[in-house]
This record gives sequence, structure tokens and C-alpha cells, in this order.
Amino acid sequence: MLPGFGLSFGFTLAWLTLIVLIPLATIFLKAAGLGWSEFLAVGFSRRAMAAYQLSFGTAAVAGLVNAVFGLIVAWVLVRYDFTGKQVVSALVDLPFALPTAVAGIALTALYTPTGWIGQFLEPLGIKVAFTWIGITIALVFIGLPFVVRSVEPVLADLGREVEEAAATLGATRWQTFTRVIFPAIGPALLTGFALAFARGVGEYGSVIFISGNMPGRTEIAPLLIVTQLEQYAYAGATAIAVVMMLASFAVLLLINLVQAASRRRTGA
Amino acid sequence: MIHLRGITKRFGDYPALHGIDLDVAPGEFIALLGPSGSGKTTLLRIIAGLEFQDSGTVLLGGEDVSSLPVAQRHVGFVFQHYALFRHMTVADNVAFGLSVRRGKDRLPKAARHARAEELLRLVQLEGLGSRYPGQLSGGQRQRVALARALAIEPRLLLLDEPFGALDAKVRKDLRRWLRDLHKQMGLTSIFVTHDQEEALELADRVVVMNQGRIEQIGAPDAVYMNPETPFVSHFVGETNRLPVPGTAAGSEIHFRPHEITLAPDGAEALLVDNVFRKGAVWRAEGLLEGSGQFVELDLPSSGEAPRLGQTIRFNPHRARMFNANGDQTQGETR
Amino acid sequence: MSMAPTSESPLARAALITVALVFLGFFLLLPLLAVFSEALRQGAGPFLDALHTPDALAAIRLTLLIAAISVPLNMVFGVAASWAITKFQFPGKALLITLIDLPFSVSPVVSGLIFVLLFGANGLFGAWLAEHDLKIIFAVPGIVLATVFITFPFVARELIPLMLEQGKDDEEAAISLGANGWQTFWHVTLPNIRWGLLYGVLLCNARAMGEFGAVSVVSGHIRGETNTMPLHVEILYNEYDFVGAFAVASLLALLALVTLIAKTVLEWRFGLHAGARH
Repeated sequence: MLPGFGLSFGFTLAWLTLIVLIPLATIFLKAAGLGWSEFLAVGFSRRAMAAYQLSFGTAAVAGLVNAVFGLIVAWVLVRYDFTGKQVVSALVDLPFALPTAVAGIALTALYTPTGWIGQFLEPLGIKVAFTWIGITIALVFIGLPFVVRSVEPVLADLGREVEEAAATLGATRWQTFTRVIFPAIGPALLTGFALAFARGVGEYGSVIFISGNMPGRTEIAPLLIVTQLEQYAYAGATAIAVVMMLASFAVLLLINLVQAASRRRTGA
Repeated sequence: MIHLRGITKRFGDYPALHGIDLDVAPGEFIALLGPSGSGKTTLLRIIAGLEFQDSGTVLLGGEDVSSLPVAQRHVGFVFQHYALFRHMTVADNVAFGLSVRRGKDRLPKAARHARAEELLRLVQLEGLGSRYPGQLSGGQRQRVALARALAIEPRLLLLDEPFGALDAKVRKDLRRWLRDLHKQMGLTSIFVTHDQEEALELADRVVVMNQGRIEQIGAPDAVYMNPETPFVSHFVGETNRLPVPGTAAGSEIHFRPHEITLAPDGAEALLVDNVFRKGAVWRAEGLLEGSGQFVELDLPSSGEAPRLGQTIRFNPHRARMFNANGDQTQGETR
Repeated sequence: MSMAPTSESPLARAALITVALVFLGFFLLLPLLAVFSEALRQGAGPFLDALHTPDALAAIRLTLLIAAISVPLNMVFGVAASWAITKFQFPGKALLITLIDLPFSVSPVVSGLIFVLLFGANGLFGAWLAEHDLKIIFAVPGIVLATVFITFPFVARELIPLMLEQGKDDEEAAISLGANGWQTFWHVTLPNIRWGLLYGVLLCNARAMGEFGAVSVVSGHIRGETNTMPLHVEILYNEYDFVGAFAVASLLALLALVTLIAKTVLEWRFGLHAGARH
């Protein structure tokens, strides 16, 4: 038996309680103090509903985009060799390392009608900056590494033997992918999607510059919280925050249950 | 059934196979036996089409399949670590090969299921079709892998170290079971192993490989009793090697621990420094007087155990002699 | 000759690599290049001038101070938590790990909000703080709190899998040879985990210096006092001082690049790997 359990466990629990648990509990305490009718009135006002719709909708679209392209990126990084692969692999983590505000202003600069990319979209009548598309692009940026880093290790561990087995049984490469590889990495892809989605719903810094922040149209839920706070509307801020947190936790819980069920089944 | 001609393969700078020729008759059960790095698995994978030879031809049933992709070769392959599809039930694993067929070859779902059930019965896993591979034991998984390979009605069955990942007891049972199954089905089969006991027990013929070459092909008894090269002599079974005095340098005489006769006036004398029971015999080890060579002898255990420090005099009654090039210069009794 | 059964045709391969690279080029590389391009749009002079303003320098100093306080705190916590979790068995361990991860699933804005609700003027302790003339919200302590909360799981997350993998044989051997707990930790555990610890600290530091949402809520945006670098970027940007905003942003982007390089070197040299969550 090693020493130090009392000290390390006690310190961990105390610090966790002080920094995380008590502050998080406050928000639920505060929400409970509102009473049902007020909570519903401020938490589900028309403006709040529009913000949820926008935040959850764009996060879902960005998550799907990332699921598709993140899978391709992970596949290419695991399976193929090409010059500069190391650099590309490092670049995938950029959204984890680059401060969100920096990403926000950079993306805005790219997609405004005079920006590097925006100038080509403008004649086509596509508006990105200050629309939901811009928000989605920011969330794709933020969410990409979640998908790539979730799928990569599973893909690497998959082992050639299983694919070879499928080939000896007469499967084409495409059948092997859809029926053997994809189901095996499905849970990891789902995890990546869920993490990207949850992060996207709460994302603030990279979005507010490109979104335009028009109430009811391009106002994301986290921004609405900030707006409410600036107007000292603590009840509104609290209610919206609680709704968002519960929704995020519900998504993550659901994913965990799906994972646990699939693990039990495959005995992995 | 299988005709391999001049198969060579390199991996980068490493030569894996040098000009392999091999013919296998229909219904034969062949063992590819050799140490790791001998090229036996590479050869098996080339026959399957999982790997392609640099030169040479592969004929299966008279058809040149040298550049045919694995999916079209119709060869059953059983992997060392089973390679089962973990997210599919056992029945779906077995039926996989049938379900990926296209066009007129495609059986209706009910027929595929019936076929899977039939195969599970054959491998004695009836009723486990709805389980997942993760819920089975190692031996059961290996049998699922076998049923899956058999489902496509392959013209040939290839097994890569089929018992390698199993523990000793299961290994033995599964070995006996596989031998019976082969007798019953008569499917031409080749398996790779580094375990000589396995090869000698199961195979009709054993192909001993070393460093990318075939050292000897023959019936298990012939390979054991009449090894043609020094490598086969010491890789298959245990062998004592003694330099032959008064001959060209490098000549050796090989005899097995049991190929001796005790004789008070024997030509060789072993000073015993270790004794233990090895199954039905006493195994005595030690150095020979004079030459100082290390030698192992098997003595009937009906007699008394040899004592440490005792000197045992004996004559090898059966031995083989190889010169420095590995050519056999003299065989049999002397 | 024919290709291996587990690879795609050269055409499919080239197509997939192209799709991946174009996607990454558009979504990751271009934004990064845009930062530097915009910062240097009017040449090096205005770029350097923008960094030399008193407000910018104050923001840099504050950011360094915040990181210097919050990173060591989380480092100590991360080591203690990993020690308790990986060296001992106790009921509720899975729950504890989940709770440590909790800040990852909370929106940065909400992470700021909770401290406003606790320590703000109308908060739970607001009146008491005012009475004693203490200021947390719209002051440095609030920024530190929000940053510690946001970066809470980083070090523990990297250490737990590493220490689980290493097991506790080394420590048990040291104890059996007569070392005490602290000696064992300093001479056995710490050398074993130092690169993993550095890795976690790097990621923690990058987030601590770059955090925007949470800090934005608690800081009050007082120029020269409670403005960190990311907040300063926002203010300059909203005042249409694009060169200034991107100049400060380019420093943060450099920090990100250094972090990525160091991270890659650590992964390559010591086989470390980040989890998918940050």
C-alpha cells in the first residue's frame, strides 16, 4: 500500500468542490430560486428559443460536416504516407491551441465580402459573414480536431487482419469499408461528433465576430447570456445557461449510454 | 490442386522467398513448418492472394491465379488472431462471405442463415449464432473463424498458425478436432506452424522451410526419421550433434537422444550432470568424455534413474552424417 | 503487380488525400495565414507600434500573470488527482473522473457566469465582499478563478492514462526499499511522468493565455487593468483598429504555433498522446 492517499484524495476533493462543484451548483440554486413560471418565461422566451435553434442547429450542421471530413482526414493520416504528413497532423490541433478570439477575427477577415474567400462568394450571391453559414464555418473550425482525434486511434488499432479477412471472403473494398470498417469506427465517430457538437453549442469567442449578432437571427445562445448579463438580467442569463447545460449533458449522457451498450455487446 | 513455380518475394532489401516450387494434391493436408522469418507465412499469403510474388506463378486447380486479387480466388483463410468482425453476431460473421456476393450468386437471406446454422453445427457451435465474438472463448472464436472461411465453399483452406493464440489444453483438443474435420471434408488444406509437434500430428506431408527456402518435403515420419539437411535434423525433433574426427572440417554426425544402445564397451562415454523424467523415459544430460560435447540421452525409465556423476557408455545405433556444406554423406545405421 | 487487398486504388488514394488537404487548407491554414497577413498589412512599423501601446503591454503582462497563477495551481491539482486516482482503489472513482472533466462540457460563457453569480455585486457573496472592500468580479481574482475553472481538467487528463499505464510497481519497489512517500514521489514518480506533465502543462497554458469567453464575462474590460490579450484583441477589433487587433492576435497565434510544435515534439519523442477533448 502506497502512502499519500489521504492527502492526495482529500486535496483533490476539496479543490474540485471549491473550484468546480460549488460554483456550478450556484447556477442551479439560482435557477431553482426563480420558480417555474419565471424560469419558463425567461428561459424559453421567443428570443431565447431563436438563439437555441441557431446554436443547436449550426452546431449539428458543423458536427455533420466534421464527421464527414474529419473521417477523411483521420483516414488519410492513419493510412497514407505523403510528404508533410507530420505538419498536417500537427495542424489538425490548431483549433485546440489557437485562442478562439483570434480564430474569430481571422475567419471574419476571410469571409467578409472583401476577404480572401468572401470576394469569390460575393458575386455568387453567397453571404457567409454575418449569417448562419458564417457561424457554422466557425464551429467547423472549432470542432474538427474532436472528430479527427476520436477516430484516429480506433482506425489505427483496427488491424489489417480484419480487412484481409473480409477480402478473402470475397468482399470488395467498398463493401469492406461500409460493412466492416465503418461499423467498427462508428462509436468513435459518434463520440467525435458529440464532443464537437457540445463544444459548438457553447462556443463564443470564434463565433461572435463572424455572426453579426442580430437578435432573433444571428444571435447564438452564449451571446444572449452575455447580453442579458450586461443588462443585469441575471434571471434570464441563469435560465438560458441552465437550459444549455442540461441539453449538453443530455447529449453527452446519451452518447455514453450508446457507447456502453455497444461495448457490452461486442465485449470489448 | 496447387502448383507453385519459382515463387520469389522480397520486402525491401529483405529476401523473403527464393524460388519456391511446391505441388499439393487434392485433399492433402499440408503443414508449412519453420522458425519465424523462414517465409512460411509469406508463402501462405501469396497462395491466398493477400500478398503478391515478385516472380513465379501460382496455379490453383489448373487455373493461373498469379495476379488474381484475393477476393476472386475463392480461398478460405483462417487468421492467427481470428480476425472476427466484433460488431457482428457469430451468425453474421459466418454468413458474411455469402452476403457480399452480387447478382445471381447471391442467396436469399433465409438461405444464408440456414447455411450459417449448418456450418455452426459443423464446428459444434450450434445455438451460439446470436452471440457476439467478444462473448466467446478463444477456442470457440477460432472455430467461428473456420466456419466463416468454409461458408464460401472455398476450393482450398489456408490456416495461419491456427492454434498459436490458444492455451495448451484447448490447443490439443482443437488439433484433434481439426484433423477429424479434415478427414470428414477432404478439403485441400495448408497450415502454417512453428510447432513441429503440431505439424507431425496433423499433416499428410510436412514442408520444412528455412530462410526463404524449402529444406525438405515429406511425410511426417520421413521428415523425422530421415532428415535430409542439418537444419531439418535439429529443427524437427531433438538432435545430438558431434563433430566427426578424422574427416573434413565441419562434418557432423547427428543422432536423436533415443537412437542409442547402452554398451559397457561403447565408443562414447557421457558424464551425467543432470537427470530428470521426461514422460516415459529418463533424460540424462552432460558432456562427453574426451570431446567435451554436450549430449542428451533418453534411457528407459523401467530401469533405475542414472545418478549424477555416473558415466554412461553407449553407441549411437542410428545416425546421419552431414558434411560442411550440409550435404548428407552417409545415413542410417552404422 | 496487383495491389494489396487492404489498400485503395492510387486514384482513390490521391482523391482522398486531396480532399483532406483542401479541407484543412480552407478551414485551418487560411485562417492562420490571415492573422499574420492582416497584422502586417501596413508593414512592420504599424505592427510593432500596435504592440507598443501601454494598453497592449498591460494586456500582455496581465495574460502572463494569469497564466503564472492558474497553471501551477492546476499542475498541483492534476498531479494530486492523478496520484489518488491511479495509485489507489476507491468507490466512486469513475464519478470523480467525470466530475474533473465537467468544465470541458460547460460553455465558457457559463463558466464566467457562475462566478458572477457567486461574487458579483448581486451575487451570493456580493454584499459580504462589498462590506469588506474586496473585489473579485471585474478584477484579477475573478479572471484567475474563471481561468482555473476552464483549464481545470487539462493536467489530470494527460497524467491519468499515463500513470495508469505505468502502474505502481516502481513506487511499491521504492517503498519496499525504505523510501518514504515524498522521496518516492520526487525520485520515482516525478521522473516517470515529467514529459507527460510538461505536455499537460503546455496545453493548459495555451488555453489559460487564450481563454476568451469566460474571462470576457468576469473581467469588465477595464483597459490597462483587467484586459487580457484576447480581450484586447476584441476591443481593438470593435474599434476598427484591425492592424492593432491582428498584431496582438498574431502574438497569440505564435503562442499557438509554439505549443503545437512542442506538443508534436513531445508526441514524437515520447509517444505521448492527447485525448480528443480539450
